[in-house]
Amino acid sequence: MEMMIEVRDLTKYYGPLLAVEHLDFQVAAGEIVGFLGPNGAGKTTTLKMLAGYLSPTSGTARINGFDCVEQSLEVRRSLGYLPENVSLYPDLTVVQFLRFAAQAKGVEAAGQAVEIRRVMASCGLEEVKGKLVAALSKGFRQRLGLAQALLHQPPVLILDEPTIGLDPFQIVEIRELIKNLEGAHTVILSSHILPEVAQLCHRVIIINRGRIVASDTPENLSRQLGQGARISLAVQGPEAQVAAALQAVPGVDRVNSRGEGRYLVEAGNDQDLRPELARSLVQQGFGLLELKAQEFTLEEVFLDLVTEEKTEAES
Amino acid sequence: MKNFGGFAALLKKELIIYFAGPIFYITGFFFLVLTGYFFYANAVYYGITSLAAAAQATNPEVAAQLNPQNMVYQPLFMVLAIILMFLVPLLTMRLLAEEKRSGTAELLFTYPLADWSIILGKFAAAFLIFLIFLAFTASYSLAFCFMARVDLGALAAGYLGVALLGAAFLALGLFASSLTENQIIAGVIGFALLLLLWVVGWAQELGGGGALGRVMQFLSLTEHYENFSKGVIDTRDLVYYASFIFFFLFLTKRQLESRRWRA
Repeated sequence: MEMMIEVRDLTKYYGPLLAVEHLDFQVAAGEIVGFLGPNGAGKTTTLKMLAGYLSPTSGTARINGFDCVEQSLEVRRSLGYLPENVSLYPDLTVVQFLRFAAQAKGVEAAGQAVEIRRVMASCGLEEVKGKLVAALSKGFRQRLGLAQALLHQPPVLILDEPTIGLDPFQIVEIRELIKNLEGAHTVILSSHILPEVAQLCHRVIIINRGRIVASDTPENLSRQLGQGARISLAVQGPEAQVAAALQAVPGVDRVNSRGEGRYLVEAGNDQDLRPELARSLVQQGFGLLELKAQEFTLEEVFLDLVTEEKTEAES
Repeated sequence: MKNFGGFAALLKKELIIYFAGPIFYITGFFFLVLTGYFFYANAVYYGITSLAAAAQATNPEVAAQLNPQNMVYQPLFMVLAIILMFLVPLLTMRLLAEEKRSGTAELLFTYPLADWSIILGKFAAAFLIFLIFLAFTASYSLAFCFMARVDLGALAAGYLGVALLGAAFLALGLFASSLTENQIIAGVIGFALLLLLWVVGWAQELGGGGALGRVMQFLSLTEHYENFSKGVIDTRDLVYYASFIFFFLFLTKRQLESRRWRA
């Protein structure tokens, strides 16, 4: 499979301060990869290096086969970049800005008007096309930032926090837009909104303190951490007795009572305890209202990995 | 040319920003007020002294000095140079400093643009703005031709000199703007360097003779400008301005390149 982004041993120091340390990862053509991490983890620094805005202290990054330092111009030709909190020229109108960006990106003069109309349509910018950038709301500015990244249909898109500052409607729209890029573009996006990453990305790279702590599909990550299963139940019956009955089932590690007849059972190993639990409850005459396996959310995986790191570092 | 699109994009963008902001209108207004005033004063003074000379039948040598070139244009060009020293840093201070401060640099420098396209596009935009100012002064310079016998060749040489001087100032100002994120600091650096290069030629007159004095005199912006203002085009002066402009644009390019490594 063709690799559109290849990062090898990428390290960046800001003076004495370590920002990113020995990063290694690859992104295949057509993949959407989410970059996840707490603030200051090195997400933005990494994306800036990929975009050719910063030079790595050591290590290499290649995009579309070109080296980000040695072949900067070729790299910049193959990518669309939306920086974090994108700044745009306030004195230009939306159309003027897009014309400037199209020309700067080398879109053929003949195709410029069509290309600008295309990105304005896909980002919902038509209604503000004559407005000055200074007069745009945060949401429209973000969309304009995304629109300029999409101009000239680059094979690789680097999106740093694409949905930040948007209202819930706009977030859904932008996610839809990114989802539609799947296949045609290789996308790497950073975010700290976990459901967003779980929803959009084929693969998640979790980074903390400048290092990759996990890299897998959102589902695998949840499973990996889950190690075993959690089952939530709703049962009719006296709380203490139900809890005791659940605890008695072999394989159950812990029973959490959450009140109003709801329980959460944690199992130590990977086996599915649902049939056992159901049988046991019914045999003892309790009314089983609900029974469902729960996956760990990405949020929990994330917190777990990041806090694990912290305790390691402290000890 | 492959990079021409990038150059044109920058040129257009900078012109839009110039026309959208107040700097262009305010500096233009005061530039024209000042040059207009000096031109008027020179012309009136020339008229009065000519009349007095004619009435008193002054000696012919003095009378020969009484021509529009000596009395009106040359002093005007010298004053123009001083005004430009204040004005040019105001035109250039925003060019790169503001891109860095506002964060637009992050997009600009990740577009597939060669550094030269960015530098030359910005330089050309500032130069065009400056030429617009100059064109307005030409209106009264040329109007005067109908009232007095003017050596048009010498006048053209003078304007070529101002254009070159302006371009040199702009190149230096652009470099100053590449050094900092702060427009005011860029303006101050630009102005201070221009002043320094202006007065460095005085070393000779202040008694600093010898080789060093001559070198300093050669480096001075004044020395090379005076010939033009007298209506003389000397290749040495042309070469001086061309190298001056290239040198500062080149420094600007180096400054942009080093940006990636620091940060």
